[in-house]
Amino acid sequence: MNPGATRVGRWWRNPWRRPRFLAAVTWGYLAWSIVPVLIAIAFSFNAGRSRTTWQGFSLRWWTGNPSLRESLLYDPDLRTAIFQTLRLGIVTMAVSVGLGTAFAIGLDRWRGRGPGLANFTMLLSFVIPEIIVGVSLFLFFLFFLKDLVHLGTATELLGLITFQISYPVIIVRARILSIGRQYEEAAMDLGGSPTQAVQRVLLPLLYPAIFASAVLVFADTVDDFVTVNYLSGGSGTEPLSVKIYDAARAAPTPAVNAAATFMLAATIVAVGIGLLFFWRVSRGQRAKATQEFVGFQV
Amino acid sequence: MRSEVAAPEAAPEPTAERRARGNRESGAWYPRWYWPSFATPAILWLALLFVLPFYVVLAIAFGTVDIFQNPLPVYQPWYWSFATFNQTLTRFVGTNPFYKPALIRTLVYVPAASLSCLVLGYVVAYFVARHGGRLKGLYLVLLISPFFISYLMRIYAWQSLLLTDGVINRFLIKLHLTSAPVNWLSGRPVTVVLGLVYGYIPYMILPLYGQLDRIDQSLLESGRDLGASPARTFLRVTLPLSRQAILAGLVIVSLPMFGDYFTNNLIGGVKTSMYGNLIDNAVASPGGGPQAGSLVLILVVLLLIPLAYYLRSTKRATEAGL
Repeated sequence: MNPGATRVGRWWRNPWRRPRFLAAVTWGYLAWSIVPVLIAIAFSFNAGRSRTTWQGFSLRWWTGNPSLRESLLYDPDLRTAIFQTLRLGIVTMAVSVGLGTAFAIGLDRWRGRGPGLANFTMLLSFVIPEIIVGVSLFLFFLFFLKDLVHLGTATELLGLITFQISYPVIIVRARILSIGRQYEEAAMDLGGSPTQAVQRVLLPLLYPAIFASAVLVFADTVDDFVTVNYLSGGSGTEPLSVKIYDAARAAPTPAVNAAATFMLAATIVAVGIGLLFFWRVSRGQRAKATQEFVGFQV
Repeated sequence: MRSEVAAPEAAPEPTAERRARGNRESGAWYPRWYWPSFATPAILWLALLFVLPFYVVLAIAFGTVDIFQNPLPVYQPWYWSFATFNQTLTRFVGTNPFYKPALIRTLVYVPAASLSCLVLGYVVAYFVARHGGRLKGLYLVLLISPFFISYLMRIYAWQSLLLTDGVINRFLIKLHLTSAPVNWLSGRPVTVVLGLVYGYIPYMILPLYGQLDRIDQSLLESGRDLGASPARTFLRVTLPLSRQAILAGLVIVSLPMFGDYFTNNLIGGVKTSMYGNLIDNAVASPGGGPQAGSLVLILVVLLLIPLAYYLRSTKRATEAGL
């Protein structure tokens, strides 16, 4: 029988039919990826201790019971962890974006054999599994610099920055490649020094890429678990990701959900501010800059 | 957990000619040390905190231990001892290979999870790129959103649903698919593989979307005009054009999975422990330094091929851009 004759066959052969199967899979995936997180957020408002059975709405795990120290506001551990996460995110962002931007400019303009090897090392640090970076730094701090440093905020920062440098390098370098050198050369033909040309011409052209990488580095640092887990020196310097991990392996209360929710909200606010800045600094080159931002993510 | 990206985009204009001319005709003069000085701080940073620590790993893996089982790194390669390293190797291939199951699980789980990421991710990326229509912006926001939600929070959320009294079991019982709650978190391979897919699939979808979105629609139309069926057009036009992103996506999701230990620790168990767990356990055990170092080295050797592939394709893309 000719499959085109039946109704199903005609439907199947119609090139303009709506891709219902693909749409269903896509929406199924989106639900799978987002609904569990929404449920976890909802359970931070649970009145009971359970994170699976709804026992009514309350702010108990957010602001309740100062004396029991069980809510996010009054649990000193969780509060410390949140501040530690934010501190690590901000410092890592500032240092790695600074180092990475200069590195990208240097790599692009410097001729010879050096940049090839430097670029190779940077890409390797980018793509190697994080556990390798984390464990090698852990052993390095413990047995090479044994009496010089103690595991804590400083070692966490050193590790995070090492792992994050590659982000700004890759983003900023892509932008430098697309700008070309003619603006800078024009600046120098008009009497600017090399440093003035970089400061007043090249850097402003790079602002969108620099802001885009700052947003990504911050979000990724807040997200980091492996490096900080190896390099934190005890509960006082553990960021929230480590606390969630430890709690999830023991008996977590909805206060952990509240802490994770708070961190999510803080990330969204930080990323939102970053995008606003991005929008401002990229005026005039907005279409292209946005394209590059998405192009990088993609 | 980190976001991964594909190779940097190619520059829009050919600059090879300008590059060949060098600085002579450009009229701009820079001192010789000028550009290297920009790169120096980051190079020193990577040399001190990325390359040197790796050398320390070698020194510890090929070093000795003191009477308290503390590692004594040996920094001169001519004094290196391969005793611990060989001992670690025999745990994979020797007569008492108690590391072998974890290695085999890793070699099964990671490809299974990566291929699941590819199949599901391809469908999603294809749908959004081809049929996203006016909702494309919304789809993209939803696809990117997992990047801004902590990986730990996502796995924690998932773990809560999988508990014996969790939402998933209650749902299954309500639908009479199971009579008693299933203990999903007791070390089941399917839970761990799904957890890996859940964690890493966003990094697969975005490169695929980027490439599929760039495919010129007229190529597909000409395929159809020349008489190919939709399936044939897909197989002969779309799929070959997305080959690069498929390979990049597979490398990007599988490399970190090889080192993943926290997914298994949160939703799996001893019965599903993977290579990353071997390293993590060695680091945590007293005197485990040399062993952890050896395991790291073996992992690097195992990953050389995908690492080399990634570095080579990135280099090519950058050279094409220059």
